[in-house]
Amino acid sequence: MSNEERRTIRRERMQLVVRNKTFLVGCSILGFWLLLSIFGDLIAPRGASDQDFEFVSVGPSLKYWFGTDANGQDVLSRVILGTRLIVVMAFSATTLGTIVGTAIGLASGYFKGKFDMITMRLIEAISAIPVLIIALLAIAALEGRSPTLTVIVIGFVFTPNIGRTVRAAVLGEAELEYVAAARLRTERTPHILFREILPNVLPPIIVEFTVRLGYAIFAIATLSFLGAGVEYGSPNWGSQIAENWGNIYSNIWWPTAFPALAIASLAVSVNLISDSLLEVFEL
Amino acid sequence: MSTANTPTLELRNLEVAYTVRGIDREVLRDISLSIAPGEAYGLVGESGCGKSTAAFAAMRYLPRNGKITGGAILFEGKNIVDMADDEVSSLRRSAISMVYQNPATALNPTIRVGDQVAEVFQLSGISKSDSLEMAQAALVQVQIADPAQVMRRYAHQLSGGMAQRVVIAMALASNPRLLVMDEPTTGLDATVEAEVLDLVRELRRDTGTAVLFISHNLGVIRHMCDRVGVLYAGALVEQGATADLFNNPSHPYTVGLLRCIPRGGLHKSTDRLDTIPGTPPALGTHFDGCVFASRCSLADDNCRTQLPQMVTISGAHVARCFHSDKAISMPRSIEQTEFVSQSEIHATHSGDTLLSINHLSKIFTQDGHKVQVINDVSLNLGFGETLGLVGESGSGKTTIAKLVLGLVSPEEGGVVTLDGKGLAKTLNRRDVHDVGSMQIVFQNPDQALNRRHSVTRIVGRAVERLRGFNVSDAIDRAHELLSGMRVEASLHSARPVQLSGGLKQRVAISRAFAGSPQIVVCDEPTSALDVSVQAAILNLLVDLQKQDGVSFIFISHDLGVVRYISDRIAVLYLGRVIEFGTSQRVFNGPFHPYTEALLSSVPNIDGSIRKRIPLTGVVPSPSNPPSGCVLNPRCPRKAGSGYETLCETEEPNLTEVEPGHFMRCHIPVANLKQLQS
Repeated sequence: MSNEERRTIRRERMQLVVRNKTFLVGCSILGFWLLLSIFGDLIAPRGASDQDFEFVSVGPSLKYWFGTDANGQDVLSRVILGTRLIVVMAFSATTLGTIVGTAIGLASGYFKGKFDMITMRLIEAISAIPVLIIALLAIAALEGRSPTLTVIVIGFVFTPNIGRTVRAAVLGEAELEYVAAARLRTERTPHILFREILPNVLPPIIVEFTVRLGYAIFAIATLSFLGAGVEYGSPNWGSQIAENWGNIYSNIWWPTAFPALAIASLAVSVNLISDSLLEVFEL
Repeated sequence: MSTANTPTLELRNLEVAYTVRGIDREVLRDISLSIAPGEAYGLVGESGCGKSTAAFAAMRYLPRNGKITGGAILFEGKNIVDMADDEVSSLRRSAISMVYQNPATALNPTIRVGDQVAEVFQLSGISKSDSLEMAQAALVQVQIADPAQVMRRYAHQLSGGMAQRVVIAMALASNPRLLVMDEPTTGLDATVEAEVLDLVRELRRDTGTAVLFISHNLGVIRHMCDRVGVLYAGALVEQGATADLFNNPSHPYTVGLLRCIPRGGLHKSTDRLDTIPGTPPALGTHFDGCVFASRCSLADDNCRTQLPQMVTISGAHVARCFHSDKAISMPRSIEQTEFVSQSEIHATHSGDTLLSINHLSKIFTQDGHKVQVINDVSLNLGFGETLGLVGESGSGKTTIAKLVLGLVSPEEGGVVTLDGKGLAKTLNRRDVHDVGSMQIVFQNPDQALNRRHSVTRIVGRAVERLRGFNVSDAIDRAHELLSGMRVEASLHSARPVQLSGGLKQRVAISRAFAGSPQIVVCDEPTSALDVSVQAAILNLLVDLQKQDGVSFIFISHDLGVVRYISDRIAVLYLGRVIEFGTSQRVFNGPFHPYTEALLSSVPNIDGSIRKRIPLTGVVPSPSNPPSGCVLNPRCPRKAGSGYETLCETEEPNLTEVEPGHFMRCHIPVANLKQLQS
């Protein structure tokens, strides 16, 4: 009977997700980009830096679907090959921020008191400064253009938001009697935080993760547009726009428009998913 | 047009269904009842039996997925089932009112109480200034102290009892001809409940309003209602005049309900509570025969295949049962007494003190103010005994339990001694053995069991930590414990959300027993459960005590339950022990004036009329306790005792008034005895 009930509950929850059109659309777009990021090398018709001097700044055609840029490089291939970098960076930065933020939020909400006071004031101070300014300053100060540094900086900047979300959920959870029950069987604090409380505050963390992922995509694209995030010359959407947007006035729109569409569709897919999760978890 | 003979409300073969996941599920089955003008009709039954649905249906106010699938609802002879929506709303505005269970959520937190009450008058077209005057008069009518001042307050500034009075005032503002009350006193303390019930009774006498009164509490129903209907699985199984039905219950379900309740001085040492075997059917189960057949000890093939009709017992007393004549003498599902040898326990430890609490105090800081919630409490508990803690909400019952367990650390000077060993103040400094020796069963199993963990994990982890078992041994032991608490093996891998309330509480009890405890604190362990489940849990606790010789600290607001299970009782008021003694002494008197008032406020299920000793005023805030005896502003025995000045200036000590019976009162016990006889 219990197994049957459990199956019913799982089936109902699955149906709730599957019936949700927003979720399906978001997942298919994100899935498309994930596939490209993994198999991009096989799919892209040309190499990232292959140049074709007979076709310089030529509009979309049968040979070059998305046209070529001023260097005679294939826009389609560069968009496809640029996927991996932004996807990997966005996921790592958000994961980093989520892990650190969750740890801080759990501790802050559970211990309360002075620790909570100090952490929360620090978090407020960090979140008062615009993300991009912190990121640019850090990258300039550290004189690094490496993706790793960008990931760390964005992860750090996202920590406060996630910390605050987790703390709010933990405050209510820590008052529940199962926490007292855990203390009454001599559980240590890390066990209480990560094994008892954490599973119960996962839904808001998952939603916050997807929201942050959307922001991370934009932040990375913007930083690389400003020339700060990544190595020069690598196929990435932000730099592609940065290198080509000046040509829009000559009516050469394709080297800018296609990477821009890519950024937008990736960010939108993530936001669709976070919206539908909000609905399913009823947060 | 209504005449004197037309009932105010009549439900005629009413059927209601809820659509859940696309399927219609029957919730009310062929309900027929009528309420005459000025009559109070009580509906009783356990959770999920359709009581509240019946109440909402009476106003044709069903949730969105609910619909009336058959029958008629006649209000003063007019069928409101097929009435136009605006006509029904005008009836709800002018002729029918409702009082809900939780007054705190029935009032708007952003509007002052006076304006809220006045609003009801304004709806019927009265001017703003007149309506405010009428609102104040309405508050006077519900006997609120200082109504002018209450008018200016917000809902959160009212106590539960006051808020419920305001809600009643609003319900009566339209001069309704029918008042529907859905568990109006369930969240209130016994003394407040008694006052609210008195008020409702008086108002009913003055206004002649018909009342549909819904409660799970048989005692309350017995005191409030002229006639009673018993609901089970959405069907009315018995109906009759209150006295007839309680004195001669004729449906096996009614008989079972009445037998489950610890009352009339039943005690664990001599009586086991009867239970109703099985569990109530799931929502919308279809029955060919009697709805109760699967749990009934009298059921035969006839009952399972044929729907019984209402049989007349006497006059208007009817029961839907083929065996109504045998119901009252039906066999118990549990033997009256089950003798388990206690000699072993008693031979070794008889009379020895297991736990002693000395001079325990606790001060909380609230908004910068120091509030002393526990004031110098000293108690002791013997091997295999149960200590009952009683008192109104805010008296410090749960805080004492937390102090003893080490969840909260006491102030300097407080000492907890277990079996001769002084315990560290906080949990972190106690060793595993000490922690395992004292465990707790919480009030609300939904919060006490981690909803993300399986039953096996919840209990297994406790065994692992407290007994030092390795994981696989711990799981084996957990399964043993769970089976011993009658949690079937098929449920061991389930999550708490998949279990019923009673099963959840059995899991919580299994967890508390994981470390072979000497003392288990039971903090209102049955207050969230139905009476038949409560009886089974109480029986389980008593069995465990007899088998393992475990001691209990039992916290409950239900005096019948405390009396049943306790050997000693401590009565608390404002964080102080004001009476302490054996169960016998505390319940049979002489009483402390507060205990006397508390006991007299419990609606008695036997229907015996008892003089109520009223406790006037509200519980003072512990941040600003009254001078002298803390009870003195409310004490029912102070006036005329000759000790008034002493009571108001000096706090009495807890003194032994009889052997083994302690009281905190200036009035000599001989005088109290005389006053109470």
